[in-house]
Amino acid sequence: MRMAKRRSTGELSYSLVMNGLAILALLILVGPVLVVLATSFTDSRSIRFPPEGFSIRWYELLLDGSRSRQIHRAAGNTLHVALVSAGLATLLGTAAALGLSRLAGRAGRAADAFLMSPLVLPGLAFGLAALMYFTLLGFRPSLGLIIAGHLVVVAPFVLRTVGASLSQLDPALLDASLSLGASPLHGFRRVTLPLIAPGIAAGAFLAFMASVDNVPVSLFLSSARTDMLPIRMWGMMESTLDVRVAAVSGTLVLVAFLLMLVMERLTGLTRRMRG
Amino acid sequence: MSGAAAPAAPAPGTITGAAAPLRSRRLTTWGLAAPLGLAYAGFFVAPLLMLFAVSFYADERMTRWGLDQWQRFLLDSFHWKVVADTLLLGLKSVAATTLLGFPLALLYRGASPRWQRALLFVAVMPLLTSVVVRTFAWIVILGREGVVNQLVLGLGLAAEPLRLLQTELGLVIALTQIEMPLLLLPLLSVMARIDPRLLDASASLGASPWRTLFRVTLPLAAPGLAAGCLLVFASSTTAFISQSVIGGGRLVYLPAMIWQQAMVVANWPFAATAAIALLVSVSAVIAVIAYAGRVAAGHAHG
Repeated sequence: MRMAKRRSTGELSYSLVMNGLAILALLILVGPVLVVLATSFTDSRSIRFPPEGFSIRWYELLLDGSRSRQIHRAAGNTLHVALVSAGLATLLGTAAALGLSRLAGRAGRAADAFLMSPLVLPGLAFGLAALMYFTLLGFRPSLGLIIAGHLVVVAPFVLRTVGASLSQLDPALLDASLSLGASPLHGFRRVTLPLIAPGIAAGAFLAFMASVDNVPVSLFLSSARTDMLPIRMWGMMESTLDVRVAAVSGTLVLVAFLLMLVMERLTGLTRRMRG
Repeated sequence: MSGAAAPAAPAPGTITGAAAPLRSRRLTTWGLAAPLGLAYAGFFVAPLLMLFAVSFYADERMTRWGLDQWQRFLLDSFHWKVVADTLLLGLKSVAATTLLGFPLALLYRGASPRWQRALLFVAVMPLLTSVVVRTFAWIVILGREGVVNQLVLGLGLAAEPLRLLQTELGLVIALTQIEMPLLLLPLLSVMARIDPRLLDASASLGASPWRTLFRVTLPLAAPGLAAGCLLVFASSTTAFISQSVIGGGRLVYLPAMIWQQAMVVANWPFAATAAIALLVSVSAVIAVIAYAGRVAAGHAHG
């Protein structure tokens, strides 16, 4: 048997080094998330780990309507922008993915590369470009402008997940429905749409999360009145290291975790993200 | 087109000769892609063109055209150093994420389906917690009274707290976690597709595991690795908040310079010039990484 071969030093060093690094990777991935959660329940006025005592006072302060009004407004703006921009991105992105799926060859690849380019282009350069563009056109800062900027940045997530679902679709199914006399629209509604629905849902979710998380565009397009949550949190970290940052972070971690569990159930999210 | 005889607007699904359905299909193809295409034209391409135009204003009040800002940017060695530091930061992040992420991907490849799902969940989870939250976590971990320093002092490894915040080392450590999911997603998907018989064959022919790793696994995983490295590089070079909060004011990278010039100094033409420098230099490195990935993949298959 091959297994019975003596384990050489090479094999030993290999498994030691590789498993060691993999465990370190896991630790580094998960550790910070747990640290944030634990820190947010501190009883102290300073941020420290392990936290001193246990309390939910920072969450109470965070929920206080009058003392945390700015944070609430930023959170409301962020939610508003994320819902609208992800909604639009899902609608336009799904349509575009359907169109591009019929396009083969060089034109298809070029269109795909163009539409995916916001993922790799430096977001900060685009954020600045958007600020100059809208300002020089005479627009005042508004949530609408932030939505327009986010739309471009989050659309690639929809294109990718819907495109992947479409590529796994058996064209024979649609052909069968058409040859049985169904109209293309009917075929789309009854055959294509149900099969790609999980891909659409996963794309919508990722687009929503990307908008909530977006810094480069919001950094330039948000103003005092149209403050966005990540930008406000940045301000809170830069100035006095407000312990409420920990409570906001804890809330975001828990919400993301719950949403992710739900989406995993509904759409097999992680499989889709793996591509 | 040969559709001269076809009715001007064939109703979808009615078959009136061979050309008509083909034509209507082509129309729907572009018709479906048009709304997003228009949104990109208006909100993506046009702003970037505007960015280029603004960089050619000579003065910060934007009254006359000229190459002054470009001269100012290109002739000052400080700016070149900032560009180099930014690209190096990206490369260091890529190296660190690969060093830790690749072994994790190997662990994933060998795991049972149940464990694979758990590992995938762990890999994706940080991606869905806000970048600002992850940055904040590292302040708690790397700070003077942070987790690392308490461990180091508690074990007696150092007499006084290590300075990790506001150093590039601390920033690279933080970016390793912040960006690793971007590496893992494409890498894991390629790993899952590697035929295990190839690895078995290599081992049974007497290759050591190290040799199998470098001669078989790595070339086969190259496309996914390149895709992941590309995303990590793009994201870490533009990670303004992580750079400024963890790196601090003494470490200057292009994003901080762009932000400062645009929002504090209010010199838009110079900010635009710096933004284009970021755009061009990052795109150049990305093109090289993408090319390297294709070459490595070509070697593996041919």
